[in-house]
Amino acid sequence: MFVSNDVSTTGTMQKRHIVQPRDAQHPIVLSTEELHVFYGKKEAIYEGDLQFARNQITALIGPSGSGKSTYLRSLNRMNDRIATVTGRIMYRGVDINQSDIDVYEMRRRVGMVFQRPNPFAKSIYDNIAFALRLRGTTDQHELDEIVETSLKQAALWNQVKDDLNKSALALSGGQAQRLCIARAIAVKPDILLLDEPASALDPVSTSQLEDTLLELKKQYTIIIVTHNMQQAGRISEYTAFFNQGRVLEYDTTSHIFTNPQVQITSDYVSGNFG
Amino acid sequence: MNSKTQNKIAIGTLYGVAGLVVLILLALLGYILVSGLPQLSWHFLTAPAKAFLKGGGVGVQLYNSFYLLILAMLISFPIALGAAIYLYEYARDNWVTTTIRTAIEILSSLPSVVVGLFGFLFFVVKLRLGFSILSGAFALTFFNLPLLTRSIEDSLRTIDLSQREGGLALGLSRWETITRVILPAAVPSILTGVILSAGRVFGEAAALIYTAGQSAPALDFTDWNPFNISSPLNPMRPAETLAVHIWKINSEGIMPDAKAISSGSSAVLVLAILLFNFAARYLGKRLYKRLTSA
Repeated sequence: MFVSNDVSTTGTMQKRHIVQPRDAQHPIVLSTEELHVFYGKKEAIYEGDLQFARNQITALIGPSGSGKSTYLRSLNRMNDRIATVTGRIMYRGVDINQSDIDVYEMRRRVGMVFQRPNPFAKSIYDNIAFALRLRGTTDQHELDEIVETSLKQAALWNQVKDDLNKSALALSGGQAQRLCIARAIAVKPDILLLDEPASALDPVSTSQLEDTLLELKKQYTIIIVTHNMQQAGRISEYTAFFNQGRVLEYDTTSHIFTNPQVQITSDYVSGNFG
Repeated sequence: MNSKTQNKIAIGTLYGVAGLVVLILLALLGYILVSGLPQLSWHFLTAPAKAFLKGGGVGVQLYNSFYLLILAMLISFPIALGAAIYLYEYARDNWVTTTIRTAIEILSSLPSVVVGLFGFLFFVVKLRLGFSILSGAFALTFFNLPLLTRSIEDSLRTIDLSQREGGLALGLSRWETITRVILPAAVPSILTGVILSAGRVFGEAAALIYTAGQSAPALDFTDWNPFNISSPLNPMRPAETLAVHIWKINSEGIMPDAKAISSGSSAVLVLAILLFNFAARYLGKRLYKRLTSA
């Protein structure tokens, strides 16, 4: 099932161990090549060649400041005005890191959920529907249907179906984060990027969120940044370990956790640093 | 001295200072209201002023104040909104924006009489607008713009960055994010700022003396053709406002009841501004409530 693509190097460079996913069932849908990210003159990402398999969950782990969030935010160009991103981001054969790409259209295909739930100061219904209306979906029946489906997929429908016109700001943290997921999938993306989506949630909400993600991967390709090792272990098929702006190890999650090839990875996943 | 006594002295001093401020304000307010309220009547609020006889009212001045306020707001709000959106949402921090911000700050500390004299030279004389409501409205715009821009910018700043990212991540353009997500959320706070600045504009006199003029021609409240000189809507007529009226009566009023009219006008002015402030708080709170827990 796997073609070894080991680019381990030794010497002055840190040892790296990268095995890109090779699985006919889950072809590569997104990949980055020679990606570098600069904040001004400071380089935040040096090496981050990764390929992401369709309908799988890929976890990006690593200590704080390792560049995993910066990397994730580059994937749908959320760093556009903040940092300089060079290199290629190939999405279904197109380099979306080009200046002539319609970045707004691209972000509808590559959606994002953030660390802190950020529902808009609108009703629950409008949080989901207003972006659709802006894009020309005005049919009330159709909107109702999308709102319902999205909320069901995000496992929030049963809790809010009678309060759709209430303000989204009244939701609890876990519910608000689900609403943000519903909002992201309502525009029918292909890929869902999640930046530590559970870090502001309590354990019960976190576990519900994980169940939701496992359900969602049937339809979406999911890339999730997490600082929670158990979470990566529970839900992801692939895991990339970031350290100091570099992907040091990338492999199936089971390999990363049971048989890491790089010493730092091993230290990190066993909790010895980070 | 131990830190406990120190703390007590500090708190005592602060209470004293705060109390003094409140006392001065209450005394002023009390004096204005006590001497002014007895003068108020429906007749006083609606009748035109009389130059030589007693028994004149402030109806025209009161109307002029509101009309000028609305015109000034209609001109300054869109400009301030645009400037604030540009400065906070689009502009990067570089020398251009630093220059703009410095200019705004300087403009906001400009004495209003200087704004008035500038308005006189530029709008009244140079642009030949004469002593008119329009000249006055432009002068008030200059007076109002810096603070309104600042207050709207502050309102935008209260909306969390994550809201903007949320909009962009849904594939909205920056403009769509600002108009559909940020502005609706900032409306309560923007509204409060607008009403508070309206209070300032309403009470302004120095900027108007040489622009909107010191005379209040009789108005025909049945004539709503803005091109007639006696029409209340005519923006080209001279229009003394309430605040200017107070200043004028006190410096050169020759009617026998000048003092009473001045007191009454001051009370009306203070009450109107109080009303603005309460309205700002009430509306702001209500709107915020509607947005957060509808």
